[in-house]
Amino acid sequence: MNTKDKNWKILSLTPLIAVLVILTLVPLVNIFYNSFFDIRWDDGKYNYKYIGLENYIELPNNKFYLPGLINTIKLSIFAVFFQMLFGFLIALGISKIKRGKGLFISLFLLPILLPPIVIGSIWRLMYGFDFGIFNYILSFFGVFPLDWLGSSSLAFTSIVIVDVWHWTPFVVLLLLAGLESLPTDVYEAARVDGTSGWNEIIYITIPLMIPTIIVTMVFRFILSFKVFDEIYLLTQGGPGTSTEVISFSIYETFFESDNMGLGSVMSVVSLFVVSLLIIIVLNVIRRVNKYAN
Amino acid sequence: MRTSTERLINYTMLSFFAILVLAPFIWIATIAFKTQIDIMMMKIIFKPTLFNFDKLFFSKEATFFRDIFNSLFVGIISTLIILVICSMASFTMIRTKISNWITAVLFLWVIVFHMLPPITFVGSWFQMANSVGLFNSRIALILAHVTVNLPLGLLIISSFMRDVPTEIQEAAYIDGCSNRQVYLKVMLPLLGPGLFATAVIVFLFSWNDFMVAMNLTAKATQTVPVSIATFSQQYEVRYGEMAAGSLVSLVPALILTFFAQKYIVKGLTAGAVK
Repeated sequence: MNTKDKNWKILSLTPLIAVLVILTLVPLVNIFYNSFFDIRWDDGKYNYKYIGLENYIELPNNKFYLPGLINTIKLSIFAVFFQMLFGFLIALGISKIKRGKGLFISLFLLPILLPPIVIGSIWRLMYGFDFGIFNYILSFFGVFPLDWLGSSSLAFTSIVIVDVWHWTPFVVLLLLAGLESLPTDVYEAARVDGTSGWNEIIYITIPLMIPTIIVTMVFRFILSFKVFDEIYLLTQGGPGTSTEVISFSIYETFFESDNMGLGSVMSVVSLFVVSLLIIIVLNVIRRVNKYAN
Repeated sequence: MRTSTERLINYTMLSFFAILVLAPFIWIATIAFKTQIDIMMMKIIFKPTLFNFDKLFFSKEATFFRDIFNSLFVGIISTLIILVICSMASFTMIRTKISNWITAVLFLWVIVFHMLPPITFVGSWFQMANSVGLFNSRIALILAHVTVNLPLGLLIISSFMRDVPTEIQEAAYIDGCSNRQVYLKVMLPLLGPGLFATAVIVFLFSWNDFMVAMNLTAKATQTVPVSIATFSQQYEVRYGEMAAGSLVSLVPALILTFFAQKYIVKGLTAGAVK
C-alpha cells in the first residue's frame, strides 16, 4: 500500500471521527463534569461552584425525575406491546395481498415520516375537551365528555395511544421485511400437506419470525426512551407527574429552570440506564442472529 | 391467500387500520379550512376558508415564510454534509483493508449514540454553541442535525455499500485506480439510489425535528416545527393556524413519499439495527 492511499483513508475517516468526538464525546465529558457543579448564569457568563456529589444526592428528592423514569419504562412496555401486536397483524396482511400493496405501504409510512410536532398538534385537537372529535363521538352515545389529557388517570393512556399510532408503522416495515425474506419452500410443503391458513400462521410463520420479532421489539423498546415532542405538546408531563418522561424532566431542569448542574446529573443517570439497556439489547440481538443463522 | 373469504377479511382489516392512520390527517385538514368559530362549534358542514393560511403567511407578526426557509436551509445543508461524511467513511470502513477494530469501534459508537435520547446531548450543544457565539445561528442547528442524523445516514449508506458487487471494485484496482479514485469514479455513481434514499430520509428527519431546533434557535432562526408549537403556547391556542401550519409542514413528506416510497422503505429497513 502506498502512502497516498493511506493518506486518503485517514482523510476519509477524519470528518466522521471529528463529528463523533467533538459533538458526542465532548458533550458526554462536559455533562459529567457539570454534574459536580452548581451552575448559575450571572452577568452574561456561567458561574461554576464545585459542590461534589450534592446534585446526585438531590436527584432522588427531585419531584419529577424518578416518576419520569418509571413512566418512561412503563410507556415503552405498553406502547411496544401494542405496536408489536398491531404491527404483526398489518405486516402479515400486507404480505398476503397482491393488489394495492404499494398504496398500503405508503399510507402506513406516513406517521413515521411526518413531523412529530404535527402528530402532537393533531392529537391535541382530537383529544380536546370541548370540541375534540373523541368527545364529539362519545356525545352521540350519551357518554359524558372525558378529559383525555387533563385527568391523571386517563392522560397516560392517551399518550400510549398516540405513541402506538405513531410507531406501529415502523414495526410494520421491519416485520414486513422479515416476512418477505422467509423461505418459500416451507410454505409450499405445507400447502401440499393441506395446512389451513390459520395453522400456517401459527405453526410456520410465527416460529420463523421469532428472531425478527425479538429484534424489532427490543429495538423499538430502546428508541421509545427518546419520546419528547408529543409529551411537550400534549401534556407537558402533567397532570402532576402522570405523563412525565425523562427527556421532558431533563429539558425542564436544564432549559426552563436553568439548573444545569441537576440537569446534567439527570442526563448522566439517564445515559447510564439507557446504556445498560443497550448492552442487554445488543447482546439479545447478537444471540438471536446467531440462533437464526 | 387461498379463499376469497380470507382475502376479504384481510382487505377489511387493512382498510380499517388505513382509516385509523388517515382519519387524523383528514380531521386536521378540515380544521385548517375552518374559522375559529366553526372549529369551536364542531360544524361538520362548513364554508371552507383560506383565512387561517392567510394569517399564517401574511399577518403582521407572521414568520412562516422565514421558518420554511430556515427549515429548508438547515435540512438541505445538513443532508449534504451527512452524505459526504458517511459515504467516504463507509467506503473506507467497508470496502478497503483497514484494521477491523477501527470499523467495529466506529460502528458501535454510532449505533449506541443512535439509541441514546438526544436531549442528553442538547444541553451541552447549547453550552458549546453559546461559548463560541453560535447560539441562535443556523450553523449550530446544522451541526446538531448532522450529529443526530449521522447514525441513520451511516447505517443506510453502509447497507447499500455492501450490496455493490466487489468484482467492479477489483476491476478498477486492476486498471490502476487508487482507493480515492475508486470511491469517486466507481462507488459514488453506483451508490446513486443509496445516496438518494439516505438523502430523502435524513432530510425528512431534519425537517421534522422539533426538540433540538427548539433549544438551539430563537425567533429569527426557528424552524417550522418550532413555529407550529408556538401556536399552542400563547394565552389563547390558535387552533386554525396550528392546523394550517401543520398541513403545510406535511408537504415535503407527502411529495417525497409519493415519489420515493420504495427507497424510503429500503432505507428505513436498512437503517434499523441488523
